[in-house]
Amino acid sequence: MLTKKQAKAFFIGGTVLFFLIFVGMTVNSLTVGIPQNTNADNITDSVKHGKLLWDQNNCMGCHTIMGEGAYYAPELTRVYSRKGENYIRTVLNAKNGGWGPRGRKMVEYDFTTEEVDDIISFFEWMDNVYLNGFPAEPSIGE
Amino acid sequence: MKFTSQKIAYHFFALSMLLLSLQIVYGFIMGFAHMGYDVLHEWIPFNAATATHKNLLVVWIISGFMGAAYYIIPDESDTELWSVPLAKLQFWSLAIVGVVAVAGFHVGWWEGRKFLEIPRPLDFLVAINVILFLVIILMTLFKGKKQTTTAWVLTMGLVFLALLYLPGMVYFDNISVDSFMRWWVVHLWVEGVWELIMGGILSFLLIKLTGVDREVIEKWLYVIVGLTFLSGILGTGHHYYYTGGPDYWLLVGGIFSALEPLAFLGMTIFAVQMYRKGNKSHPNKLALYWTMSTAIVSFLGAGLLGLAHTLPGVNLYTHGTLITAMHGHLAFWGAYASLVLAIMSYSMPLMTGRKIYDNRNGHLAFWFSNIGMLGMTMAFAAAGVAQVYLERIAGYEFMVAAEETKAHFFVLIIAATVFTIGIGFFIGNFFSFGLPSDDALNDAPEFEPLLA
Ligand code: HEM
Ligand code: HEM
Ligand SMILES: [Fe+2]
Repeated sequence: MLTKKQAKAFFIGGTVLFFLIFVGMTVNSLTVGIPQNTNADNITDSVKHGKLLWDQNNCMGCHTIMGEGAYYAPELTRVYSRKGENYIRTVLNAKNGGWGPRGRKMVEYDFTTEEVDDIISFFEWMDNVYLNGFPAEPSIGE
Repeated sequence: MKFTSQKIAYHFFALSMLLLSLQIVYGFIMGFAHMGYDVLHEWIPFNAATATHKNLLVVWIISGFMGAAYYIIPDESDTELWSVPLAKLQFWSLAIVGVVAVAGFHVGWWEGRKFLEIPRPLDFLVAINVILFLVIILMTLFKGKKQTTTAWVLTMGLVFLALLYLPGMVYFDNISVDSFMRWWVVHLWVEGVWELIMGGILSFLLIKLTGVDREVIEKWLYVIVGLTFLSGILGTGHHYYYTGGPDYWLLVGGIFSALEPLAFLGMTIFAVQMYRKGNKSHPNKLALYWTMSTAIVSFLGAGLLGLAHTLPGVNLYTHGTLITAMHGHLAFWGAYASLVLAIMSYSMPLMTGRKIYDNRNGHLAFWFSNIGMLGMTMAFAAAGVAQVYLERIAGYEFMVAAEETKAHFFVLIIAATVFTIGIGFFIGNFFSFGLPSDDALNDAPEFEPLLA
């Protein structure tokens, strides 16, 4: 029968081993995989500022991006190619209570033209990030 | 209770009850918004409600863990808490930071990073607070007469919980890197170190409630937390499939995360076996109910419903849909919310001396909240499946699919009402215990386990 000592060795040994492997894979992902898949060289100051605005306004509190966030508003990973720049500009500039053509309302924002440009650059950059096939092509879609 | 200083746990438990009530209010705000009644939009837009709902959840659970540690560590180490005034200071600073954070969410003082919305300046205060907490716990453990495995596992869980908060405090320009490190916190918490805390608290409860020999219980505790890390660490990969990471995560994350349910199954078997082996005469039936339901419902919510969408082929379609919300609710409820309610149900009679441990309201609380939460899970599941088919498979626009899920949110609200009634009974019981009292010291001979 398993003794308490052996059980403890299993716990400590397993944890240390798998944690070290995980740290190694994290380093590899952060230094090689992600920079490649995300075209890190294309992250301009404008993209960075767009990401900051995304963060500061908690857009993820309604939308998802790369499938992460809340489920109240559309997925935005590929919004740049799906809707185009002008549509996005209209959404971000909407007044009189904010964007909401189908009843469900977005927050009304007061972005400057430059800020809107930066958010669009962020989406444009995101549009080209390689995500292993996410979002999937609808299999029986239009 | 063995030591008067254990009473400090009451503060944390009361705070938990308060924050849980608020969390539910924000849940209703979001449920109604999904149904088409976003009436508070101008004052509390959805993103403020969601940040509040999720952070209140995390804070009330952690407050419950802290209360549990303040109760359990002196008990296990056979000594008074190292410093009660410092523990009080730690409590009030936690409460203040929590209130400021939640108030901040309503005026846009946040970071848009799911579950870690608390802004960085406050993060530092959180970190100081948690360090103070850990110092008190570790000092108590070291000055104690003995250091049990249960106490160690619980303490290690709390230490790692604090350490893992740090990777979440760094800012990255690349959202993919940001997300990668966010999972170091969120995933390694709920599918890693929090399970250590869960294992520690469950062991403590099982030792007390069943009277089974400590050596047996603690041996299995090691095996279970061993399984947790064996699967859970590399299982983090199930969040790296579609967020810009290298594609080897599909394989590694898929395999290891599919093993994660084993640790939860381990907890279920562990608790059921100990209950069967043990002595069934313990009078605190409510604590026993909650302990057993934690061990069982966590397997359903985290283990089975996690497995349901963890394989890359399924996750490609369910990633970031209401299916995720379905799993999030039952997993958090079964594993961590129920756990905190279990340790409260066990310790409150001992801290206050009032023997409320088998009353009608307590049983109503148990059944209403569990049945309500199962109903909510089913409503989210129905809405999620509809969303996946309409949006991901048939290719309709998000809002077209959302329109179709409104009926499921009506069901969600009905089930949430049942759940809320249950929580209402629980809180009613909690306050009818009154305040903890020194008269309750050693006033519980019938709680001594009868050695089987
Ligand atoms: C009356 C009770 C509740 C209602 C009506 C409710 C409703 C909701 C709604 C509508 C969402 C947002 C989904 C979205 O992003 O669009 C949500 C998120 C969430 N709630 Fe609740 N909730 C309730 C109670 C709880 C409880 C008790 C827990 C934990 C034990 C909990 C944990 C969560 C979690 C973890 C999320 C984030 C899920 C995710 O994004 O995957 N909720 N809730
Ligand atoms: C008590 C333990 C657990 C809790 C509290 C929990 C909670 C959660 C929450 C709240 C999310 C949403 C996270 C976000 O989007 O920010 C999530 C996602 C996820 N969980 Fe869990 N979980 C637990 C255990 C598990 C287990 C054991 C598995 C696998 C077998 C699992 C599989 C997943 C998967 C695959 C996702 C990603 C869903 C997506 O792609 O949108 N979870 N979990
Ligand atoms: Fe996870």
